[in-house]
Amino acid sequence: MEYAVRVDVTLRRGIADPEGATIERALPALGFAGVHSVRTGKAFALVVEADSAEGAREVAGSLATRLLSNPVIEDAAVTVVGVA
Amino acid sequence: MSRVGVVVFPGSNCEHDVVAALSALGGRAELVWHAETDLAGYDALVLPGGFAHGDYLRPGALARFSPVMGAVAAAAEDGRPVLGICNGFQVLTEAGLLPGALQKNRGLTFLCQPTTLVVASARSVLTRGARVGQELVVPINHFSGSYVCDDATYRALVEGDQVVLRYADNPNGSRGDIAGIANVTGNVVGLMPHPERALSALLGSADGRVLLEGFLAAADDAAAQRLVTAP
Repeated sequence: MEYAVRVDVTLRRGIADPEGATIERALPALGFAGVHSVRTGKAFALVVEADSAEGAREVAGSLATRLLSNPVIEDAAVTVVGVA
Repeated sequence: MSRVGVVVFPGSNCEHDVVAALSALGGRAELVWHAETDLAGYDALVLPGGFAHGDYLRPGALARFSPVMGAVAAAAEDGRPVLGICNGFQVLTEAGLLPGALQKNRGLTFLCQPTTLVVASARSVLTRGARVGQELVVPINHFSGSYVCDDATYRALVEGDQVVLRYADNPNGSRGDIAGIANVTGNVVGLMPHPERALSALLGSADGRVLLEGFLAAADDAAAQRLVTAP
């Protein structure tokens, strides 16, 4: 089976995110009140061949930790979106 | 005389500057393509600045998987001097040869300017010719140079005398004003500033000399050591 998987990589809590902070500061000028805690990151879309959704999640999780994110500063969240 | 290998990744752009600088100081330096897997002929290695593999994903993230990196790790392991400058520092952290990571500059601007560094340790292969507290003017040229690590790592760096250079006036938000660090044994060093661009007072500063001369001396020591222990 082929599974569509999304990996979201975001900066870990406590790691400064100057890009997110800059975006947040721009929001009031555009009239967006009540929006805060903006964090930036990267999203990856993958198709993973695996026997099960759980198997696809494991493969993507390993890939996310070893390549897509730097665990020193980033967290990676894996979502199996569905069958590709 | 020792041989220094300067590793060239697709996207490196400071390799010729490093070879020219080391040669000007009397060293013998050669370019080595990143596909090379045998670095036994080199007594010391430099990972130069630039944008290895386009800095795709994160600076250093893909360079870490270049074929040459296994041999770089082996050289680091057997005590040969390994120096990562700018992008080379980023590669060394991604490869796990140095702790921590380099993140986007605090001000989100690309910084290209002279900086004043303060020597924090003279125990490393880069700073062995300098004295602690000595101030050196060396240029920086980076977007992702803000050094980040967790509390435990920072304590270990300080207690292990692994912080080798600090900024006198922190330009990028680096933790503890860190400009350069070494591994536990002091033979692997990474720094964001470019000592190879500070070799002549006429061009702004000659303060990079004491660093690269120390590195060449360490390379000579490694060469002599390797002669003694060669089977």
